[in-house]
Amino acid sequence: MSDETTPESEPVVPEAAVELPVMDISAPPEVVEHRLGQFGVHGSPDVSGYGGLVTTVVLPGASERPYGGYFDEVADDLQAALGADFNDAIEKIVVDRGQLTIHVKREHLVSVCQALRDDPMLRFEMSLGCSGVHWPGDAGRELHVVYHLRSLTHNRFVTLETTCPDSDPHVPSATSVYPTNDWHEREAFDFFGVIFDGHPYLTRIQMPDDWPGHPQRKDYPLGGIPVEYKGAVTPPPDERRWYS
Amino acid sequence: MSDTTYTSTADESEDIQSDPYRTSEGDTVYNVQGNDWDTVLAPPEGEKDRLIVNMGPQHPSTHGVLRLIVELDGEAVESVRAAIGYLHTGIEKNMEYRTWTQGSTFVTRMDYVAGLHNELVYALGVEKLLGIEDQITDRANVIRVMMSELSRISSHMVAIATGGMELGALTGMTIGFRDREFVLDLFESITGVRMNHAYIRPGGISHDLPKGIEKDIVAAIKILRERASDVHNLLVDNAIWLGRTQGVGYLDLAGCMALGITGPILRSTGLPWDLRKADPYCGFENYEFDIPTATTCDVYGRFLIRLAEIEQSINIVEQCLDKLEPGPVFIEDKKIAWPARLTIGPDGQGNSPEHIKEIMGTSMEALIHHFKLVTEGFQVPQGQVYAAVESAKGELGMHLVSDGGTRPYRAHMRDPSFTNLQSIAAMTEGGLLSDVVAAISSIDPVMGGVDR
Repeated sequence: MSDETTPESEPVVPEAAVELPVMDISAPPEVVEHRLGQFGVHGSPDVSGYGGLVTTVVLPGASERPYGGYFDEVADDLQAALGADFNDAIEKIVVDRGQLTIHVKREHLVSVCQALRDDPMLRFEMSLGCSGVHWPGDAGRELHVVYHLRSLTHNRFVTLETTCPDSDPHVPSATSVYPTNDWHEREAFDFFGVIFDGHPYLTRIQMPDDWPGHPQRKDYPLGGIPVEYKGAVTPPPDERRWYS
Repeated sequence: MSDTTYTSTADESEDIQSDPYRTSEGDTVYNVQGNDWDTVLAPPEGEKDRLIVNMGPQHPSTHGVLRLIVELDGEAVESVRAAIGYLHTGIEKNMEYRTWTQGSTFVTRMDYVAGLHNELVYALGVEKLLGIEDQITDRANVIRVMMSELSRISSHMVAIATGGMELGALTGMTIGFRDREFVLDLFESITGVRMNHAYIRPGGISHDLPKGIEKDIVAAIKILRERASDVHNLLVDNAIWLGRTQGVGYLDLAGCMALGITGPILRSTGLPWDLRKADPYCGFENYEFDIPTATTCDVYGRFLIRLAEIEQSINIVEQCLDKLEPGPVFIEDKKIAWPARLTIGPDGQGNSPEHIKEIMGTSMEALIHHFKLVTEGFQVPQGQVYAAVESAKGELGMHLVSDGGTRPYRAHMRDPSFTNLQSIAAMTEGGLLSDVVAAISSIDPVMGGVDR
């Protein structure tokens, strides 16, 4: 094994004497969409009589301690590594379906990645790339970028999530810490229009260079044509009736 | 909740896409799409003349529609840049417009050489979102493991076959494709098709193994074991093969970590990292198998690893046959389980006559249930998950987001071919042009997975 992935012979033990600030990262569930109707029908009129009912789509809020498993250790180690910046950098920590997601404010993304990679207690040395999610109803936080990190040293897995508004779609690039994100960030730029500041060659990767728009945003139509077979016409997929 | 503290380092007054020949950092972009050859051909101040060759996207040795922009000084490679996207079909976007069940049909077309891995990781992701991992039946899990290992055998055989062809060992190709045919025949008997199966579905598998298939599997294993020596005899000690592959396409552990490389390339650095051991799924912890490694970090090491993994996978398939107990292959929960049972009739595969009789003749509720589940689909609670399996090429990840509806809100496949292909520059720059071909074949990218 090379030096980069092996912990130093004497692991750096976080100084217990230093009083860490109290972790203050509570956040309510995030409302991303309001929907009308009980049965979630789209593409044809809701004749159920329940069309006026409002349901909300929420993403989970901050989880309560203890998180369980190694998640508490990761949170504590990250707090020790970031020190006073922790409450500033971390929006919330969510444990959902057995997975730990750390929501980071975008201006701190690179320093959090650096800490996660380099701290011997954390050592998330491999990034599995990033993925974008577009929530048009999440005002001021429309674009989410999700990074998946794996620690081979400790056999652990963590998800990082950061957001940026549609009006200012800038997120710092994590390529300086994890070079593998080069193509992944180009893909997220190509499909969602997130501009990764500091990326060495932020050009389109899947779509042609002169393609207008960013196809995986929710406001970008799927496209398609109706298909006729023996007199019956099937509309394109995005015009068919569907349920949410 | 807009944060105003973050200030972008980019100059706001300047649209980074306004000049197609400049990157966001101000460097030159070589599109080579026509009318811009002058920018490419003129050597920069103080630099010597160089030759830029477009290898692909229609080139027999680039593993599909991969285009490499190779900068040459004689035969020495100065720089390599991969251009991808020629097979982009918008699978991820399309999945947002189909039900969760229909997603299987889409993901299997990503890395089509090992499509069952894609179906498996997608099914695991949806099951994680639904919180029903524990309800998957034992038989379904054993069949999933067996199919995924058969898929690994088939994928590695393609890797060795096409790699052989690209390096001039054409018999290696005929041997590889000949033996892969036995696996594809099994797939045809079990799933009904040779590729693009949509066999592993959220909740289980689409239908049980056909009667008497165990005999066919045993026979295929026997033939595969006997014929494994063919590739060994042809290539393992072949002086030309050694000359073309040893010390070529070097990438060490630090490089693999930085570039996110997994699979045989990572294991060729000596690190026995395999998700089947590190983070077992579908009961892989109950199987006995080794993780082959090499310490040479080169094309030859990856070739030996693939050969050894085929043997290990055959062993796992054999263990699966011992573990197969009769039982259901789909989840009990009637709100998720596919209502219809498939059988093969005189006119091909279709819904079983008993099921048709039940829903059309005896139970109105069963008919409504069938109709609702098939047309509308089941709902998946809000949230996001990441599921991962060890595919033939490395870590295959699935990032799934649900908004609580009957369709994926976002589905993203972390395909190992996509990530591993990034290493082509690190592996080949400074070497010879012919080594680029060897390096690509050792990465074994499948462009369907790279471009999605």
